[in-house]
Amino acid sequence: MNPDLAPAQHDSARATTRIGLKETPFAPRLRPLNQFEALEYWQGYWSPAHFGNMEREYFAIRNTASVFDISPMNKYRITGPDADAFLQRLVTRDVTKISVGRVAYTVWCDDAGQVIDDGTLFHLGEQDWRLCCQEHQTFWLEASARGFDVSVREETEEVAGLSLQGPTSFSVLSRLGLGGLETLKPFGIRRWPFRGHELMVSRTGFTGDLGYELWIAPGGALDLWDALMEAGQGIGGVEPTGSHALNMARIEAGFLGAQLDFIPADKAIRAGRTRSPYELNLGWLVDLAKGQFTGRKALVEEKARGSRYCLVAVDIEGKEPAEGSLVYHKQKTEVGHITSGIWSPTAKRNIGLASLKRPFGDTKTEDLWVEIYALHELRWEKVMARVRVVKAPFFEPARRRATPPLPF
Amino acid sequence: MSTRYDHIVIGAGHNGLVCAAYLARAGRSVLVLEAAEEVGGAARTAEIAPGFRVSACAHLLYGLHPRVIRELSLRRHGLDYASASLQTAVMGADGSVLRLKTDHAAGAIDAADIVALPGFRRRLLKMARHLRPMLLMQPPRLAGRDLKQNIDLARLGFAIRSMGQADMRDFLRIATMNVFDLVQDNFASPLIQAAFAADAVLGTNLGPRSPGTVLTLLYRLIGEVGPVQGAVALPRGGMGAVTQAIAASARDFGATIRMGAAVGRIRVEGERVVGVELADGEFIAAGSVVSNASPQRTLLDLVGPRHLDAGFQRDIGKIRAKGNTAKLNLALSGLPAFRGLDAADLAGRIVLAGSPSAIEAQFDPSKYGEWSPEPLMEITIPSATDATAAPSGQHVLSAVVQYAPYRLKEGWDAARARYLEVLLDHLERFAPGIRQQVVAQQLLTPLDLERDYGMPGGHWHHGELAIDQLLMLRPVNGAARYAMPIAGLFLCGAGAHPGGGVTGAPGHNAAQAVLAEAKPLERAA
Repeated sequence: MNPDLAPAQHDSARATTRIGLKETPFAPRLRPLNQFEALEYWQGYWSPAHFGNMEREYFAIRNTASVFDISPMNKYRITGPDADAFLQRLVTRDVTKISVGRVAYTVWCDDAGQVIDDGTLFHLGEQDWRLCCQEHQTFWLEASARGFDVSVREETEEVAGLSLQGPTSFSVLSRLGLGGLETLKPFGIRRWPFRGHELMVSRTGFTGDLGYELWIAPGGALDLWDALMEAGQGIGGVEPTGSHALNMARIEAGFLGAQLDFIPADKAIRAGRTRSPYELNLGWLVDLAKGQFTGRKALVEEKARGSRYCLVAVDIEGKEPAEGSLVYHKQKTEVGHITSGIWSPTAKRNIGLASLKRPFGDTKTEDLWVEIYALHELRWEKVMARVRVVKAPFFEPARRRATPPLPF
Repeated sequence: MSTRYDHIVIGAGHNGLVCAAYLARAGRSVLVLEAAEEVGGAARTAEIAPGFRVSACAHLLYGLHPRVIRELSLRRHGLDYASASLQTAVMGADGSVLRLKTDHAAGAIDAADIVALPGFRRRLLKMARHLRPMLLMQPPRLAGRDLKQNIDLARLGFAIRSMGQADMRDFLRIATMNVFDLVQDNFASPLIQAAFAADAVLGTNLGPRSPGTVLTLLYRLIGEVGPVQGAVALPRGGMGAVTQAIAASARDFGATIRMGAAVGRIRVEGERVVGVELADGEFIAAGSVVSNASPQRTLLDLVGPRHLDAGFQRDIGKIRAKGNTAKLNLALSGLPAFRGLDAADLAGRIVLAGSPSAIEAQFDPSKYGEWSPEPLMEITIPSATDATAAPSGQHVLSAVVQYAPYRLKEGWDAARARYLEVLLDHLERFAPGIRQQVVAQQLLTPLDLERDYGMPGGHWHHGELAIDQLLMLRPVNGAARYAMPIAGLFLCGAGAHPGGGVTGAPGHNAAQAVLAEAKPLERAA
């Protein structure tokens, strides 16, 4: 019998079992700031949706510095003699081209070449990697590890993560005394000692702006938070942000969201709802020449046969956000829908990402329309707005890649 | 050596040899590589003591496919039956005996059951006959079929539909049920019930109450020996003689068979298989490689995960293959005296099984890692009809023993000797004095079958014969058409459709798949 179910042990079991959503190491600072208790579920953790003023948070990302707690991000440590070989078979990119001390964005697929998830792969050392992603991957990673001399260990709770993004992020971080930070290039990793802990900094992010992701043991999390808040004083501050503001920034950057712009292949129930990398405009991540990886055969066939869908960036007439709206050809034939869409305050355009049935969006880009339903004070208004297929990103400041970044 | 072959067949089991013979017959250059020093795999005759020769593993023929016999001229190459249609004697623990031969029954059986038997058999045989077209057909794809596959699928559908409305309803009703319920519905006498229940579960990891055991029974009845459907034949010279005949046919067509050549690795370059590396490092190039080894061994060990998609690898690793069958071979100083059996009975097939409930009870301990102390046995005494099997006046006994779990709690290496005593004690109850007659013995536990015969989990069929592992789901969904996801790699063994048993069907079908997809190599003029 399961001892957890034995009545005599029930109380003691409750005392040691965490009930409800988990809190991240930054929670003691984040919670009091969250005036509306505006929380969201993120893979078992509570995560802030906003802190009361979403616009303020968004403009902090684009104009000063912002922090977003990425501790709930699933983190898998991959080590052992076959770590490189394991990853080479797992992901679509050629991992032999990712040097130690570098990060790479990648996707991984099921046998049918359909995207399971996307994430960032940190090359921490020889045969030592960390995979960060939004969705739980334990089952898939364990299945993929069979026959490889590799250890795959989830370390989500052992690493606190904070994303520091915005034009002043370099200046804020420099004030922590991180010598040589100015030479850290995009997708680079560097480590510094920080108040008894090791602070790992990667020049990565989900905003398409200048920014860093900071990784530290949970014990050092609050010191890091306090130091950042202090460092921001006098240079515009450091604004805590929630997922809503981040979502606006990532759409401007043209980044995809799992469960938003694609359905993870292992979560889809209905046939035909999943997408291949080619259908998500991520063909640049697929290296068919690197040798075998899961889904390769299907992707080779898809390449020869042609893809069913495409994901494109679109500019929509008017100002009404179009997320979830259907896309029509000649205002008649339904050809897809807007997976993500916002009015972009920075680009000053009504933008979105659209999943379309080829050839629409691919070779046929003329005469596309979106039908937007908007509720204005208990009246639904229907707008048929013209859609133009454009190139992403919608906003790409030079500071994103500048090395050294300009101080503020 | 720089010789290249059109095709390499890994393993000289009966399916590997059938496949090789068909490929050679089509004019291809074929090399068969066998790790052992003789051909046969699980269809091999072993000398367990000087002069005592017995089928080491499989011991009866239920239906080596007539087309295979004809097209490979197996009769001319030595296939012969010591008996083409065996009688079965079912023995209950209480000493009762039932004699069965085709539609006729005598002994411990109610008069009503005697009357019911022919109709019951006719019903099952008819259903089995309608399933027959699928034996020599590549399972149709579930999606993306071509015309030929649509015709195949239509033929199978038509075969079932052409049973007539009543029979089709009956088939759809009973095909997925269990044999326990089926025999309860049709007979009252325990021994006749036990006879069909035993046939349904032998070689499987199923009890009579397990779902799908009517299907395994039908599977057994698909075959035919000569003109007789559902007959059981004893090959002269043991099962080894059958595979020797197939090997002779393969050689006659021009195939080369190399013994003592253990394959270490199937070499994959780029996107296709280019040949095999032997355990000693020798590389032999080939246009394609056909494996008679199990899907698990072929893909997980010989090819290796780096060349596979992770989902496919996981599915192959999850094939249900837990053997629950052992094999006991005895060399005897004289003809054993089974209680109540006469010479004619001893020349036939003897089944120790009291009732479906008793068999189910014997199955129960195996679920918990224990053997059955009074197990279901299917016994033959080949020397009673085949003088080549044992020295004059002496005999060999071959017994398939049901419910010896692969994962035995205490481990087979520690328990093997004790298990042998259990089996001999059990036999002694039915054949008093047999212990004193034992000159030599050979016991093959599921662990031995895995180690020595390459059966994963010691399972005779390389994977349970169950509805979720048959037809287009065998060995796994998406790989049921013999061609594996790596170009130039094929399966031809029991792990592929239609499964185990010495039928030659997987070998035949695999050869057709190879011939359809692989062109012969360009050879230097």
